[in-house]
This record gives sequence, structure tokens and C-alpha cells, in this order.
Amino acid sequence: MVSVESEAQGAAMVIPTSVKVLVAGGFGAGKTTMVGSVSEIPPLSTEELLTEASTDVDDLVGVEEKTTTTVALDFGRITINAEIVLYLFGTPGQNRFWFMWDELANGAIGAIVLVDTRRLDSSFPSVDFFERRKIPFIIAVNCFDDAYRYQVDEVRSALALSEDIPVLMCDARERESSKQALVSLVEHAMSRAPMSVDEVV
Amino acid sequence: MSEPDDRWFDEAAGPLVRPYAMTRGRTRPGNTDLDLATQVVTVWTENDSGSLSPEHQAVIELCRTPLSVAEVAAYVDVPLVVVKVLLSDLIERGDVVARAPRMANNLPDRNLLQAVLDGVRRI
Repeated sequence: MVSVESEAQGAAMVIPTSVKVLVAGGFGAGKTTMVGSVSEIPPLSTEELLTEASTDVDDLVGVEEKTTTTVALDFGRITINAEIVLYLFGTPGQNRFWFMWDELANGAIGAIVLVDTRRLDSSFPSVDFFERRKIPFIIAVNCFDDAYRYQVDEVRSALALSEDIPVLMCDARERESSKQALVSLVEHAMSRAPMSVDEVV
Repeated sequence: MSEPDDRWFDEAAGPLVRPYAMTRGRTRPGNTDLDLATQVVTVWTENDSGSLSPEHQAVIELCRTPLSVAEVAAYVDVPLVVVKVLLSDLIERGDVVARAPRMANNLPDRNLLQAVLDGVRRI
């Protein structure tokens, strides 16, 4: 296993830095579809184990219960350049997995909240989460074929969003459309980032 | 009260080797700074890898190219918490080095964001 090549490789090794973007939204809103449409690799899936004691600790037949629950996590990757790799993480849909969201959101550039207008209320928890933590987010309305086409203003008002939150229509299956959502999010995050010293002067 | 028919077979019974068996029962990595997106890479050392578990060795092989913790977990096909324990062992031994995500301190950096924006526009 030890070779001259690996030694030479080690000496010149540049470890890229990672940046994270979350793709959130209710169950079935198209999160994994969007991750897959822009990722350079087929979306990967990993799982986290939930080993916390169940709430019904007094249940003496508990030995028959599964003690670990797994939370599936889908993600994709975009190599920006030799030094930066962007990861897109689809957030777990169920509310009981909120604990995962904190690690996912920690240090993230921001989030794309995918909205299915037929189930608008399923996007409320995501919007609340990012608003409370002051994490930049945009709304991408996934235009399902059989869904009524609402106007941007109607969606904004239904979600009680402030004017500065970008809302756009998209088709999560289309690479170009998902890419536009990503561009919009990064631009939005930039608009909120403090100026660097040389820009202020 | 359980149903008499409520038995688990095959997949439903869970993996044959319990995940934590690979970590010798440890459920928390020694190095708690590992994020899902932390980049890890194998470095050349003279450490004897013979004493390592097959899972540790699989991680060392895989990380010859830099990868995120999440990617390692997906490719080795073990839960995230398990791969974090394995990586933490390897970092302690000096077999693997890690680089935390750039924005982990929540200070957005315009230059970084601009580079990301340029990169995304190119895809």
C-alpha cells in the first residue's frame, strides 16, 4: 500500500474546502430530484442513526421495539474548482428529525426551500427554521404538471415572506432550472454578507 | 402489547453486524468537530495498518482522494455516526487529515461566495 507515488501525492496534496447548501421543503416537494438534477454525481444516500431513548420509556415491552431509527440523507456534489466543493443536502422530511437540521445548517451558505403549491403548509416548518436562525433562503416553487400556477406574489403572501426573500418558479427535474435556483440563493446570500474591508474603503 | 405475528425477517431485522460493532461499541467520535461536509484525506505514513479493522482500511483506501465525511459514509455504506468514529480514530493515528468546512464559524465570506457563484454559473 505504501508507495512512492502516494508519498509524492501527500506532499502536494491540496485539501479542498467544503461549502453546503440545503434543499428543504415538505415530503414529496422534489428535494432529491433537485439535488440530482444539478449534482455532478448521482445523488448519494447515507443514513444517520437515531439512538435516543424513545419517549415511552416506561413501556416494559420496549425490548421488542427497534432501538435505532435511521434517517436517510440524500446529497449531491458540485466541484466548483480545485479548492472548493459544494455539497447539496436534501433535508430529512419528518419533523422528528429536526436534530439533523442543526448539523446540516451549521455553516451552510443557505437553503432553497422547495414549495409544492398543492401542499403549501408543508413548507412552513422549513421557512420558520431558516427565518429563526437567520440563514439565507430562497423559495423555489416546483411547478408540478398538474398543479395550479400561482403568481409569485400570491406565494409570497401565502408564506408571509418579507419582500427581500427571492421567490422563483422552477422545474426541479431540469438542470438549468435548478441551477437558476442555486444562483439566486448564492446571490441572495451575497447580498446579506458583510462587505469585506477593501470594499468598504 | 405486541402482536404474535410481529416478527422481523431479513432486512426488517436490521443488519447482521450491528453498526456499533465496527466501532467497538463507541457511539461518539473522539473528534467531535467532524461535520458532514468536512473534507478528509489519507496521508502517507509508516503506520502499520495491519491492526486496523477492515472498515478502517476501507476508509483509508477511499480517502486517497479528498472526500467529505458524508461521501465516505455513503461509499463505505455505514451510518454517519459510525464513519465519524472510524475517521476520528484514523485522524488520531495520523493516517487521515481533515479540513473543516469554510463557513463553519457562520461568517459569510464574499470572496468565497463569489467563487461559488462563478462555479455554479459554469455548470
